[in-house]
Amino acid sequence: MNCDEFVELVTAYLDGTLDETTERRFAGHLAECDGCDRYLDQIRHAVRTLATLPDQSLPAQARDRLLAAFRDFQRP
Amino acid sequence: MAAVGEAGGDPAPGVLPPDAELVARLRGGDETAFAALLDSWSRGMLRAARAYVASDETAEDVVQETWLAIIRGIDRFEGRSSLRTWAYRILVNLAKERGVKDSRTIAWSSLAPEDFGPTVDPSRFQGPGDPEPGHWRRFPAAWPSAETEVVSGEARHVIKAALADLPHRQRVVITLRDVEGYTSEEVCSILDISAANQRVLLHRARAAARSRLEAYYATSASAAGVRR
Repeated sequence: MNCDEFVELVTAYLDGTLDETTERRFAGHLAECDGCDRYLDQIRHAVRTLATLPDQSLPAQARDRLLAAFRDFQRP
Repeated sequence: MAAVGEAGGDPAPGVLPPDAELVARLRGGDETAFAALLDSWSRGMLRAARAYVASDETAEDVVQETWLAIIRGIDRFEGRSSLRTWAYRILVNLAKERGVKDSRTIAWSSLAPEDFGPTVDPSRFQGPGDPEPGHWRRFPAAWPSAETEVVSGEARHVIKAALADLPHRQRVVITLRDVEGYTSEEVCSILDISAANQRVLLHRARAAARSRLEAYYATSASAAGVRR
């Protein structure tokens, strides 16, 4: 496998959706190419960074309004 | 993702009961159950909505409308998907309507021109006349913090800007998958797209995010005089 093919397969690899043959070729290339090993690490690092983005929360007023709407809803 | 409550003890905060119980309690007007749901889903909903619309305020409107639709519609929930997927589908539909008003929405059914082509600049690989065509000319540079789990505030800022610049659909998919931590199956179901298209969109978005971090780390490394 070439590096330019490898970089296009990282997401499928991380999702475990490569077919068996391709996964073997992917893993073989990963074992022998430091550049692609690093590339994969950096993709993982980007994913980890995405997972740390701070949350925006619903303003308290909106929350209160929704709780009131739930309370006041006429149930059959 | 969600923590697991201790057996026999009180459930940990933020842990929701199973769908069947939750739905029964919502239908019965159990305000505690509704408040728990509101607190545990609203943040994720805001972020998902924000991927469709142009402002935080509009995203808040969409999330509020979604909750009102849930309150009114819970009796019609048939349990064919998880409650969360059902709720997110309502959210996505409402967000799309708003997105149209914001003129930012594109059809989801097929991929767009921006979803094709290499995700790494081809000039970074050796060409046909080089010793090893298709292999890196030079390996990607090491990142100072890539080996550690620590994520700096600045890196977070960079990744947030990268998200904002992504094509709309790529932003939606990466937000749900990597920021919110939804599975591929959930995202396909919420957005009604194929697994293959979902993967293409996610892949391009991740490659773009990596590339922005790469540019950031290169600048910060040269600014700090780091030798390679």
